[in-house]
Amino acid sequence: MGLAQGMDIFIQQVINGLTLGAVYAMVALGYTMVYGIIQLINFAHGEVVMVGAMVAFSVIGALAPSGLPPLAIVLVAGGCAIPVCMLIGYAMERLAYRPLRGAPRLAPLITAIGVSIILQHLAMMIWSRNPLAFPQIIKVESYHFAGATITSVQIAILSISLAMMAGLAALVYRTRLGTAMRATAHNPQVAGLMGIDANRIIALTFVIGAALAAVAGVMVASYYGIAHYAMGSQLGLKAFCAAVLGGIGNIPGAMLGGVLLGVVEALGAGYIGDLTGNVFGSNYQDVFAFIVLIAVLVLRPSGLLGERVGDRA
Amino acid sequence: MIRSHFGVIAIAALACVGGCSDDRKAQAPARLTISIGSVAPLTGGIAHLGKDNENGARLAVEEANAAKIRIDGKETAFELLAEDDQEDAKVGNTVAQKLVDAKVAGVVGHLNSGTTIPASNVYSGANIPMITGSATNPELTERGLKGVFRVVGRDDQQGPAVANYLVANTKPKVVAVIDDATAYGKGLANEVEKTLKAAGVNVLAREQGTNKTVDWKAVLTKLKGRGPDAVFYGGMDSTAGPLLKQGKELGIKAVFSFGDGACTDKMGEFAGSAADGLLCSQAGIPPQAASKKFLDAYKKRFNIDPILYAPFTYDAANLLIEAMKQANSADPAKYLPVLQKIDFAGATGRISFDEKGDRKDAEMTIFTMKGGKLLPIAIIKGGKTVSYEDFVAQAAAATAAQTSGDAAKK
Repeated sequence: MGLAQGMDIFIQQVINGLTLGAVYAMVALGYTMVYGIIQLINFAHGEVVMVGAMVAFSVIGALAPSGLPPLAIVLVAGGCAIPVCMLIGYAMERLAYRPLRGAPRLAPLITAIGVSIILQHLAMMIWSRNPLAFPQIIKVESYHFAGATITSVQIAILSISLAMMAGLAALVYRTRLGTAMRATAHNPQVAGLMGIDANRIIALTFVIGAALAAVAGVMVASYYGIAHYAMGSQLGLKAFCAAVLGGIGNIPGAMLGGVLLGVVEALGAGYIGDLTGNVFGSNYQDVFAFIVLIAVLVLRPSGLLGERVGDRA
Repeated sequence: MIRSHFGVIAIAALACVGGCSDDRKAQAPARLTISIGSVAPLTGGIAHLGKDNENGARLAVEEANAAKIRIDGKETAFELLAEDDQEDAKVGNTVAQKLVDAKVAGVVGHLNSGTTIPASNVYSGANIPMITGSATNPELTERGLKGVFRVVGRDDQQGPAVANYLVANTKPKVVAVIDDATAYGKGLANEVEKTLKAAGVNVLAREQGTNKTVDWKAVLTKLKGRGPDAVFYGGMDSTAGPLLKQGKELGIKAVFSFGDGACTDKMGEFAGSAADGLLCSQAGIPPQAASKKFLDAYKKRFNIDPILYAPFTYDAANLLIEAMKQANSADPAKYLPVLQKIDFAGATGRISFDEKGDRKDAEMTIFTMKGGKLLPIAIIKGGKTVSYEDFVAQAAAATAAQTSGDAAKK
């Protein structure tokens, strides 16, 4: 095997990893934003991703025979998934977390797990427990460069997530709302004294995170061509790792952590067999996320971009 | 002692009452009613397959009644007791006990391996023979239970079948084998690997995912660098679909092959146009390949075509009836030895059993996918591969010969 041939495989693995990482980053943002503002790990966030995928599945299924252009159908599907997920995000915060605002931190954490189970089972009742074939109405084009292949879906995932992350960064760092969010994250009491409605800001944070999750759900389901009521838990866990890796509560950290995790996973699964003489195989793909997480937490407890905050660690 | 004595006298007295009051002419055409049980899920997600299984057995019983078979010198009426096991092992055992209590002479069923295996303990314990037309898990006949038979192939015959087909038709030099780390997927992949290696094919180091893995890109990219001519994946359709789709997206030019877990029409939905050209195997033969006589009779009786395993349950019920006929008794103790040694021409071909109760030379069918539909392309029987068209032609010829032979006897 020549070097050139090895190189194209490497480039391909990096492309695979970047695509996966972009999805992780989108989901990780939802975890990190909520944690940053109320120090809650919202374990139901992965389920919001799943609901996004499922709603899009139903909409595409309903519109596919209508003869609308495929791109329009996908946009409508995304347009339906986002508000549904935003509503779920809002309801979740309003009904499950706000009543526990003053409670010890363990209480909302357990509630989050409960919300996650409820959402999963509701989805199972609505969409059945069978894996659903995500309608592939747009023909996937493949582009080749340097021996590697990139599909139109991968390009779409990378550019949409890049755009959304840029939008989010602009929102948080350039607008009054973003200033209010950062102020609330810094100190909700003082922010309240400055005339910021903390509850409103917290609810908005949930809603924005849910919108990102909805987009991630549609992207991941159309990438793999499959949607399932339990698809959110594993994805959520990985994204949570990505958030911690980048430094939980830190928005650029979540983006970096997501992309890094995706690339590490792809390269790890691709090369561990060769590096260890096939003692470890590709079945360890899912383990890499957690190995990386442990390594980072041991060496840098606050994550790659996280600040050292004594009382939060 | 006194009790039993009294019993004997009572029976003698009753016999006298019955015998003495009847005149001899009315007693001569004594009728014998033989019950045969049929168990399959008749409710739930695969109820249509369960009904199909029941229909097969029902057709056999109705034909036997129309033929006015005489057993033990008596005119015999067969009745089918159809039960619903709801695809549930617990319910399956309950209905099995119900059939045992109803003193059935034999059972056709169950449909799923998961219900058949526990229920087989109940039947075997009560010395009632059972023949399944659809349970393919090897364990069923591996426990040395008496009177447990199957007329369909076993899962562990599938791996060698699909591997041999691959070797014979794509002539691969390098094959990648992937599994989903489940008992089913890993077991199947091991059998395939063994057969491929025996045929001198270079098999790459095993790759593994899980039964939830949908991202196969990293694994497939690595494999792409090794340039395999064929890829085999042991797993279910929900993971095999994404695998196939991603493999084609990456531009891997290999033949993708699967076992029965991924040999479903769903593959076309999960993988889209990438599914075209896959190879996969199923135990048994597709219903369309059953004898024409059976297909016509089934269609005439039920107004639909058989869906999946009806030819096998039809054969299973006929085997029970034929064994009773040859043994001239519906007593399992008498007809079971006959069933064990039977050589029967059924709707699915010649049937005889090995010492475990598995069908000798059970068929495997190789499918490919075209335009989202599975098409049978070859039947493998006793290590020999026959193209699907030839198999159907041979089956038709065999039926014709059999019919003319029957006519000659008359």
